[in-house]
Amino acid sequence: MSAPASLSEPVFAPLVINPELVKRILIGFIRNEVRKVGFERLVLGLSGGVDSSLVASLAAEALGPPNVLAVIMPYKTSDPKSRSDALQVVQQLGIHRLEIDISPQIDAYFERFPDADQKRRGNKMARERMTILYDHSFAWRALVIGTSNKTELLLGYGTIYGDMASAINPIGDLYKTQVWQLADAIGVPTAIVQKAPSADLWAGQSDETELGFQYRMIDQLLYYLVDHRYRVEELKRLGFEEAFVEDIIRRVRDNQYKRRLPVIAKLSSRTIDRDFRYPRDWGH
Amino acid sequence: MNPDGRLTVGLAQIDPALGDRDRNLERHREWVRQATAAGANLLVFPELSLTGYFLKDLVPDSAIRLDDPIMRELGALSTDLDIVVGAVVEEPDHRYFNASLYFSRGELVHLHRKVYLPTYGMFDEQRYFAPGDRFRSFRTGFGRAGILVCEDIWHLSSAYILSLEGVDMIICPSSSPGRGITTDERLGTAESYNLVCRTYAQFLTTFFLYCNRVGFEDGANFWGGSMVIGPNGDIIAQQEDADEALVLASLDLAEVRRERLTNPLLRDERLELTINELRRVWHERTRKPF
Repeated sequence: MSAPASLSEPVFAPLVINPELVKRILIGFIRNEVRKVGFERLVLGLSGGVDSSLVASLAAEALGPPNVLAVIMPYKTSDPKSRSDALQVVQQLGIHRLEIDISPQIDAYFERFPDADQKRRGNKMARERMTILYDHSFAWRALVIGTSNKTELLLGYGTIYGDMASAINPIGDLYKTQVWQLADAIGVPTAIVQKAPSADLWAGQSDETELGFQYRMIDQLLYYLVDHRYRVEELKRLGFEEAFVEDIIRRVRDNQYKRRLPVIAKLSSRTIDRDFRYPRDWGH
Repeated sequence: MNPDGRLTVGLAQIDPALGDRDRNLERHREWVRQATAAGANLLVFPELSLTGYFLKDLVPDSAIRLDDPIMRELGALSTDLDIVVGAVVEEPDHRYFNASLYFSRGELVHLHRKVYLPTYGMFDEQRYFAPGDRFRSFRTGFGRAGILVCEDIWHLSSAYILSLEGVDMIICPSSSPGRGITTDERLGTAESYNLVCRTYAQFLTTFFLYCNRVGFEDGANFWGGSMVIGPNGDIIAQQEDADEALVLASLDLAEVRRERLTNPLLRDERLELTINELRRVWHERTRKPF
């Protein structure tokens, strides 16, 4: 599979965004949702990929670089380029940095489960990083800002209670191809925007290889499927292959649980989230 | 109204705190002071300006009753200028309405209960509110006015009815969340509202005051864009940004007369024909066997 060539190839027209407008809304969102709950700071996991680099940039602009802590948490098999890219972003933005090599704690755990496969190890790493972020959330009085985009959230391409965990998420309604546009416009280094997307849980991992499709194709399909509720027959008429459509629909459906709170057995007349419905911003 | 036949209107494009009525009331006082100092005769607040919008189960806790002491406090805000305030109103039978209240010289002049409660997509109003059952105009010191709350204007009949009552101005308090990202400089919602509000003003040859809120609730942004439109469809004043702002405009009320002489659309409107045709449609619908 080729590199995404995120800047060189034309973006599917309906997903082209006005980056200035989106940036203005997202910065307002961050300021508002952080300050009204009595916080002034943000902490995030910075991988050196385009999603977290973009979120770091938005956070720095919204609250000022001294109020943003980027935690870089490599494992020994992580690509060294990820770390250097992350450091470049930290330097460019002037935000705080904390580096924690998660290898000792991961390895200590898997000594007991030496047969664990890559996926299990990858999920564990994502959750270790989450616990570190939430520890610093408490220690530094900072909200954890999430970096999952709409494509990942819909496909469930993330670890529940791992990288999907956060207090606020500014990019969860932007498809990956829109993240590229905004990141480019906001000044994320071009090399970061253009590199092949990877969860970097193990060497050589590639999102598009794992998913089996290119983000630009996935986003096009999701645009019709999710945003405009096209039916399978209509999508086939647009030229999408049936197998591709079915695979994406299955992923969206099978991962619905990751996007919801745990299901609660209903007993009373007022059950949390079912008929006990308050805004998240209750009291703010 | 000023002696020269002009009216200075203010649109209070504010960011109400969700579920915090006391704080919002205090902020209303500040905006009234500011608008009074700026010479406004009428100040419009957005939909649910006293409470915030996505209240969900906070609706009963946020409500006011027409016999509450807070009504006197709201009335007191209208000593020097008329005001339109958005609130949850609880009836004695415990139905809750999304309402806009018009106060003048300390008195409640008119109350509009939102008729069209959006319950689709991100909206869930019918879960919490009872719908209003009427569109009525009322007299003000500046001519005849009518209030439509947000979604009400997405139904042509609402503005049409007010128009046939002879309104000089339609006041639309709104809490419209922004959505629709394209290459445009404005959100899709902003484009749509501009189109709708201008169309109403021009088609119905009436002033149109659109006051939308700003801020964020549960991640949704409110896009502002409050505007004053003349009876020829031209925008007289608009706050393009989603920042808190007092939008002021000086209106020549005689423009309604001049526009209706140039464009006698209202004169030529065939009310009886419309009623007859609507009755026919209704009969045909109800006569269907299944």
